[in-house]
Amino acid sequence: MSIPALSVENLSFAYGKKPVLQNLDFAIPEQGCTILLGPNGAGKSTLFALITRLYDSRQGRIAIAGFDVKKQQRKALASLGVVFQQTTLDMNLSVEQNLSYYAALHGLGGQRARLRIRQELERLELFERRKERVAKLNGGHRRRVEIARALLTEPRLLLLDEPTVGLDVHSRNALVSYLHELVKQRPLAIFWATHLIDEIDDQDRLLVLHQGQLKFQGTVPEVLEATRQDSIGDAFFQLT
Amino acid sequence: MRILIHYWRAFWAVVNRELLRFLKQTGRFVSALVRPLVWLFIFAAGFRSVLGIAIIPPYETYITYPVYIAPGLIGMIQLFNGMQSSLSMVYDREMGSMRMLLVSPLPRWYLLWSKLMAGVFVSLVQVYVFLAIAWFYEVQAPWQGYLWLFPALLLSGLMLGALGLLLSSFIKQLENFAGVMNFVIFPMFFMSSALYPLWKIKESSPLLYQLARYNPFTQAVELIRFALYQQFNETACYFTLAAFVIFLGVAILGYNPSKGMMARKGGA
Repeated sequence: MSIPALSVENLSFAYGKKPVLQNLDFAIPEQGCTILLGPNGAGKSTLFALITRLYDSRQGRIAIAGFDVKKQQRKALASLGVVFQQTTLDMNLSVEQNLSYYAALHGLGGQRARLRIRQELERLELFERRKERVAKLNGGHRRRVEIARALLTEPRLLLLDEPTVGLDVHSRNALVSYLHELVKQRPLAIFWATHLIDEIDDQDRLLVLHQGQLKFQGTVPEVLEATRQDSIGDAFFQLT
Repeated sequence: MRILIHYWRAFWAVVNRELLRFLKQTGRFVSALVRPLVWLFIFAAGFRSVLGIAIIPPYETYITYPVYIAPGLIGMIQLFNGMQSSLSMVYDREMGSMRMLLVSPLPRWYLLWSKLMAGVFVSLVQVYVFLAIAWFYEVQAPWQGYLWLFPALLLSGLMLGALGLLLSSFIKQLENFAGVMNFVIFPMFFMSSALYPLWKIKESSPLLYQLARYNPFTQAVELIRFALYQQFNETACYFTLAAFVIFLGVAILGYNPSKGMMARKGGA
């Protein structure tokens, strides 16, 4: 039996007394793309902060690739690549310096780090621009650098928190296509938070989050069947 | 062995990043130097004739006022550098780059320690450049003093950096940072032996004297002052060390997602 890339059991979280997430239970399979769909304020970013241990929950359990994020934090975080909603690149440094910094934080160095940086940048057609300062790149290219960075360590799970926010249509489409191709090419699970319905592919699994509660989980056909709607958009509006 | 290499790589990456950022931000480098130099060239020049400094340890003869305030200005460089690091951490946390550090697979205390050391190394560069310029202004210590100074600067830099780290763990927004200037930096600096000896403060206010005496910044400045003249100030060393341990301990607690600021921000 395969180990899920991510499993969340009975997870609840509150800001003070205000509940944000309530009794979440789900698992992300070891390969493929799972979309976390929810309107703004649904609790998507909070869930990501809990998975990455930026916040700590007192109730529930989170495991990445089978490693408990509290008890086996090092192994859990080593299996994870993250792209946050806000860019987390250092604008003063070059593309290569940003990636080298991240690689070193994850224990990659020397020849191996250089090779991985080259591979990921070439895959995203950014290798020629590796010496440029990140501040000189446009939003789409910065996002690609962040994705290259998150993939450097060949993680089991890639978390994407609304990665297309602020991108123009062309950059957004290119990024969405790239990510959907990526999960077909390598053993990787993507957990992708968004509120944009057109980013969903028919092959994706869906988790619908609304007001901190999981309203639905399943494949695209399953959500259409369960809601008796013809489109994901209509199904989403019905669920939320 | 692999894990040790990982720790070393991460440490060096954090230090290297901070040094690269510092070198690329020339404005930051210049302003870090201009501040103490203005005090040395203008403030000290003005007060040179007004303030007479009696012979007090570690000095063995009468000294000029610029010579007296040089250790205080070194402390000032480290104090501002600590606060600058703290400011950049609040900024990084708001802008997100701090997140990448905190989600890396290493203990949080170690990541914060690396960040702290990175700030100290930056302050060392600033201090030695300042001393090189001050040399031409006749602020000169025995050459061995510059070597003695190194460990003293490490400790004082760590203590002031840890204070910055502590503050950054409690400051939620960049806008709140102005308060730090008013309530931390200025009182710490002016209520210390940086600009005037403690006995002079005692003459005017015994209460202020007591506050200045127990001010960690005073102790850091005295540690630096004695080290410059190849003397070890035991009290200042232990006091600075104790302050460092307390500040760092509380800062690590502040960055702990289950106990510190993160928990207060949102605990289930």
